[in-house]
Amino acid sequence: MILDGKVPTGPITEKWDKHRFEMKLVSPANKRKYKIIIVGTGLAGASAAASLAELGYQVEVFTYHDSPRRAHSIAAQGGINAAKNYPNDGDSIWRLFYDTVKGGDFRARESNVYRLAQVSNNIIDQCVAQGVPFAREYSGYLANRSFGGAQLSRTFYARGQTGQQLLLGAYSAMMRQVGLNKIVLHTKTEMLDLIVINGIARGVVTRNLLTGKIESYVADAVVLATGGYSNVFYLSTNAQACNVTATYRAYKRGAFFANPCFTQIHPTCIPQSGEHQSKLTLMSESLRNDGRVWVPKNPGDKRKPTEIPEEDRDYYLERMYPSYGNLAPRDIASRAAKRVCDEGRGVGPTGNGVYLDFSDAIKRLGKKVIEERYGNLFEMYERITGDNPYETPMMIYPAPHYTMGGLWVDYNLMSNIPGLHVIGEANFSDHGANRLGASALMQGLADGYFILPYTIGHYFATTKLEKVTTDHPEVKKCVQEVQERIKKLMSINGKKTPTQFHRELGKIMWNYCGMSRNEEGLKKALELVPKLRDEFWSNLTIVGEEGDLNIVLEKALRVADFLEFAELMLWDALERNESCGGHFREEHQYPDGEAKRDDENFCHVAAWEYTGIGNKPIRHVEPLVFEYVPLTVRSYK
Amino acid sequence: MKLTLHIWRQKNTNAKGHFETYIMDNVIEDMSFLEMLDVLNERLILEGKEPVAFDHDCREGICGACSLTINGIPHGPEKGTTTCQLHMRKFKDGDEIWIEPFRARAFPVIKDLIVDRSAFDRIIQAGGFISVNTGQAPEANSILVPKKNADTAMDAAQCIGCGACVAACPNGAAMLFVAAKVSHFAYLPQGQPERKLRVLKMVEQMQKDGFGNCSNYYECEAACPKQISVKFIALMNRDYLKASFSDEKSELIRNQLA
Ligand SMILES: Cc1cc2nc3c(=O)[nH]c(=O)nc-3n(C[C@H](O)[C@H](O)[C@H](O)COP(=O)(O)OP(=O)(O)OC[C@H]3O[C@@H](n4cnc5c(N)ncnc54)[C@H](O)[C@@H]3O)c2cc1C
Ligand code: FES
Repeated sequence: MILDGKVPTGPITEKWDKHRFEMKLVSPANKRKYKIIIVGTGLAGASAAASLAELGYQVEVFTYHDSPRRAHSIAAQGGINAAKNYPNDGDSIWRLFYDTVKGGDFRARESNVYRLAQVSNNIIDQCVAQGVPFAREYSGYLANRSFGGAQLSRTFYARGQTGQQLLLGAYSAMMRQVGLNKIVLHTKTEMLDLIVINGIARGVVTRNLLTGKIESYVADAVVLATGGYSNVFYLSTNAQACNVTATYRAYKRGAFFANPCFTQIHPTCIPQSGEHQSKLTLMSESLRNDGRVWVPKNPGDKRKPTEIPEEDRDYYLERMYPSYGNLAPRDIASRAAKRVCDEGRGVGPTGNGVYLDFSDAIKRLGKKVIEERYGNLFEMYERITGDNPYETPMMIYPAPHYTMGGLWVDYNLMSNIPGLHVIGEANFSDHGANRLGASALMQGLADGYFILPYTIGHYFATTKLEKVTTDHPEVKKCVQEVQERIKKLMSINGKKTPTQFHRELGKIMWNYCGMSRNEEGLKKALELVPKLRDEFWSNLTIVGEEGDLNIVLEKALRVADFLEFAELMLWDALERNESCGGHFREEHQYPDGEAKRDDENFCHVAAWEYTGIGNKPIRHVEPLVFEYVPLTVRSYK
Repeated sequence: MKLTLHIWRQKNTNAKGHFETYIMDNVIEDMSFLEMLDVLNERLILEGKEPVAFDHDCREGICGACSLTINGIPHGPEKGTTTCQLHMRKFKDGDEIWIEPFRARAFPVIKDLIVDRSAFDRIIQAGGFISVNTGQAPEANSILVPKKNADTAMDAAQCIGCGACVAACPNGAAMLFVAAKVSHFAYLPQGQPERKLRVLKMVEQMQKDGFGNCSNYYECEAACPKQISVKFIALMNRDYLKASFSDEKSELIRNQLA
């Protein structure tokens, strides 16, 4: 099937305005009659919940956290982009649009990206009005810095805690509506299934994590803002609980999953220290503004970094990408790190590490300036590794970080299931095959504050919805299926823990579907994953009870879905027989090792339709047309 | 290294809790405290026993989910550090470690080491915001904030809402948490219009939720993983006093009577 993204006609600069005018409105008195379920309280979910409640809709919000403020968005460090051009360095909406399309290696929908760049400035205005304490100049004006993949300074930040401050802004806006009884908030409640009635998304089935109670909720529309699936790799920079269940369950109910193989490996993370490792810690990309990345010139050089003289060092990013240097985009910087480590020049106990060195910056700017800019990151590094980065270079290595893939949505952020809207990292829409730094926060808030509130109204105004209650047979059936799934998990009585299976799955995915991929490996993984899944369903152990707070069962439910989802990711990686952005197929590279796109055959979104566990899903395409940013080889040299 | 852990186990809010002792061999220096508990939990599951329930998520010291009172100190011995960022290199072979939930009247135990901190959300809901709707905002640079004020606002705003301040306080007061939010907005021009109402409503909710009073022990600052200063409590007290004699207060009383 050829998918229709429902992109409005007309010049790209006018599409969104024109569309806003053409969309049907719901009158204030009628808004009260519509109920919207939102799953997730990260930047996307919280901003949407607040905005929709302010408009007058009835909103019901769900999160598995004990407080909405703990959503994974809280961990974002570096910053948020906008096209304000405050530094007068040549930025514009057009340039942010251009950089994002190019950064995504021409696998995003142009019209969505342009709209994102357009609303980026409103986001900064909104956040400042909410009291987000962005960094400021002495003059009192807002400060900016540069970030990977950009040659100018368009990133707004609040120390190394930008995500925290933006989320607290959205969270407080949302809590204000909770206090006004416009939002009903369910914490510690995990969505386990999507309710679809006559082809339309009408509700969710949830498990209360404190009591184990399975419940159902119905509404006029469902919004998923449930974040990304990097934890399919087991080790990633994501929080422990991040998982794919919400979007994967929607996929099993008929929603198409787009570009699942587009995953981002972040170049600057603290390397793994042992088998006990539970997560990888990101060192903000902003460090690459002042840190220089290098490895020894010669393989096997075991000297301490401070003892290796200049002439024996290879500042490989500066050498290979002179115009961007240490600020080369993430996919490029990550692969370059892998390449030098594969050549035997990696450092640290495992050989999987490269140096990020601040000694030149400290010489140039003084320790105090560096401390002001990165103090908290340096402290965090020292706490984790025991090394002091003021004295010896940091050691870093790439790690899974962000997922560009997600549920397919049209221009209105609605999936192919009417009524099911998907926002934030959970959808696939704006970043193509690679996301630029500081653009995820921008997208989450754009979706929640400034896009969904308009488009969801149009959906209500143009759709006739039958009345449903939780007594509907489809609702009861869905609840029963969830209960049966849990019963089945509880009764396996095997010998391995959910974490053991998760760790094994992560290794398979990292080895065969990680930073670089090839046909042979992907085919091998397509044999290994189903085997592991079979073992899971016959040899899993869960202790404790179903009707109680049960951390083992929670984990088992999430791992069960990862074990199915992984196969989908592998199919996508195998069928996308080209390299682009974060998806690097070894068969497709230029002689110098750069990714080689195949625009003739793959200039499209791949959106997958579920056909049963273990069956190959059906691959649909949405062709991508580049009218404004001409398709070119992406060069950062 | 080898460690002896005494961990608080409690089936649910109403059950009586007790310490159970676990011996941990082969603890590695590079492990985080929670990774050590992960290892214990994996062992317990394989022995068919219920693992120790504890709250955690980001493991980067920012989400505020992790808690634990370690050897009597919320978040353990290292200053300015959450439990998830505490690493085992801070302990030594043969150590005995006592692990309890955060203890406070306003934070009932849910299970084992997990406590209910929803009172914090209710305080924010009562007034921890600026009442601006989406779409109302003026151009960002039309609001100037002196760098010093922005920095101080950020010092206060970086609170992660973990509740260590409450657990550390002999009275179980939430003054530092509330003061941090009140001060964050008090230092910004955007926060001025609602300044009085905000402090009145937040303090009132704090009292309703069963938090104790402040008697200047300053244990809160010492336990705060973000080292938020008690000077913000002084600011809040001043603001509260001023607000108590304001039109906002009379209006609040009128509304409550109506
Ligand atoms: C360490 C780190 C640093 C980052 N730094 C930056 C940065 O500097 N700039 C930038 O632009 N981006 C950054 N990112 C990326 C960015 O933070 C995320 O992409 C973004 O915050 C995702 O927001 P979200 O609202 O889509 O989802 P999340 O914030 O992940 O929220 C997901 C929500 O969904 C809920 N949820 C999920 N599943 C269920 C379910 N089944 N039932 C109930 N609730 C559910 C969760 O409880 C949570 O509330 C960073 C990411 C990481 C990991
Ligand atoms: S787990 Fe997030 S602060 Fe400790």
